[in-house]
Amino acid sequence: MIEIQGLHKKFGKNQVLSGVDLTIKGGGIFAVLGPNGSGKTTLIKSILGMVVPNKGRISVLDTDIKNSWKYREEIDYLPQIANFPGNLKVKELIRMIKDLRRKPGNEERMIDQFGLDPFLDKKLSTLSGGTKQKVNILLTFMFDGPLKILDEPTTGLDPASLICLKELILEGKQKGKTILITSHIMQFVEEMADEIVYLLEGKIYFKGSIDELKTKTGQTNFEHAIADISIHAADV
Amino acid sequence: MFKILKYSFYDLIRSRWSYVYFLFYLALGFVLLFLNNDLSKAVITFMNVIIVLVPLIGTIFGVMYFYNSKEFTELLLAQPLKRSSIFLGQYLGVAGSLTLSLVLGLGIPFVLYGLFRSEAIWNFSLLLVTGTFLTLIFTALSFNIALSNENKIMGFGYAVLLWLFLAVIYDGLFLLSLIIFEEYPLDSFSLATTMFNPIDLSRTLILLKLDISALLGYTGAVFKQFFGTNLGLIIAIGVLLLWAVLPIFHLVYRSRKKDF
Repeated sequence: MIEIQGLHKKFGKNQVLSGVDLTIKGGGIFAVLGPNGSGKTTLIKSILGMVVPNKGRISVLDTDIKNSWKYREEIDYLPQIANFPGNLKVKELIRMIKDLRRKPGNEERMIDQFGLDPFLDKKLSTLSGGTKQKVNILLTFMFDGPLKILDEPTTGLDPASLICLKELILEGKQKGKTILITSHIMQFVEEMADEIVYLLEGKIYFKGSIDELKTKTGQTNFEHAIADISIHAADV
Repeated sequence: MFKILKYSFYDLIRSRWSYVYFLFYLALGFVLLFLNNDLSKAVITFMNVIIVLVPLIGTIFGVMYFYNSKEFTELLLAQPLKRSSIFLGQYLGVAGSLTLSLVLGLGIPFVLYGLFRSEAIWNFSLLLVTGTFLTLIFTALSFNIALSNENKIMGFGYAVLLWLFLAVIYDGLFLLSLIIFEEYPLDSFSLATTMFNPIDLSRTLILLKLDISALLGYTGAVFKQFFGTNLGLIIAIGVLLLWAVLPIFHLVYRSRKKDF
């Protein structure tokens, strides 16, 4: 599904990714973890073609993404901070994205689930952070692409919406989609993820299941296991 | 690209600024026509206004729109769209709405004052064509500046400086060099200098068409002597076209390598 070889990216003097090799085969939920500034968002944006790598090769669904844009039809992306054009109404934004992607969307159900009905005619600049995030999730999940990339999807959500989000993610998994998630909420990751990719200082430090991680670090608690990686990595 | 153009254009049409710009030209048109009461004379007055003001507004508006639509751009970048069509679409949306405000704002008063029954119609059309070129050129230049400067204040500063340089300082330097090197033949030099400044070029273009030798100035006279009126017009328009196309190419080229 996604194949990354020797990915390097530098912003000015700041080396963010230094030789990331990663293969993600189709199907399942993959969590990309790492401390702040470890390059999670840069990695995701490289896959989306928003960041142009200095070195390395990325292919998505067996197509090299360099100078290509068609492959993004298969990706539904949830950006980290929901920044939308402020003078559009929610309804107009949904219509616009559907028009741009030339695909029908099944937004109706999610509008009910998230209780977005009263906001449809409101401008995006007037929405609260949590409501914006709901709109953000709706825009991502209304399409049926095989690959979903979610950058901090839980930000600002109330408990009820969080449950909805989890249902949506699990439903996607059952349909055989590949879902890539970054999050700092370990409880959420432990509950959802099939496999973990741990980024540290621009490299992949660990890739495997949660149980493998626990065995490797000798911890029984997932949160401690993750913390353990950071401490041991600092020793080396 | 056309879908993005459509959304940018709608977005701008709904914004207050397009109306302010449109109403400003409308008011200016009526006031100047009222004062001049003669279409041909009004065209000359307008030329002086347009040549300075259109580049200024194109520059400021272009930079402002680019920075303000950062969110929109990022949203589009994650969609299955070509980068070049995202930026070209936005550029054409801005330049298109500015041109529309200019053409309608000036066109309506002139038409009401009997433009179609007057001989000034060709001169007026040329005025609008030049205004369109200046909008296209300066919006493209400002998009380039905004794309290369992450920092809004810097981008704004550079854009205003660019306008100031081409609209005011350039002419000063040009005159200064003519005085300093007055002992040398300066025909080709002044011709080339005019070509390198779209504002000067537009002025020469309109004055050539209006055929007012008193206002032509040195460059205009050289231009006319060199090319004659018709060839001069064609060359001036051709160079203006180059001025519009080159920054657009540069914009597309730069946008491909940019990280978001």
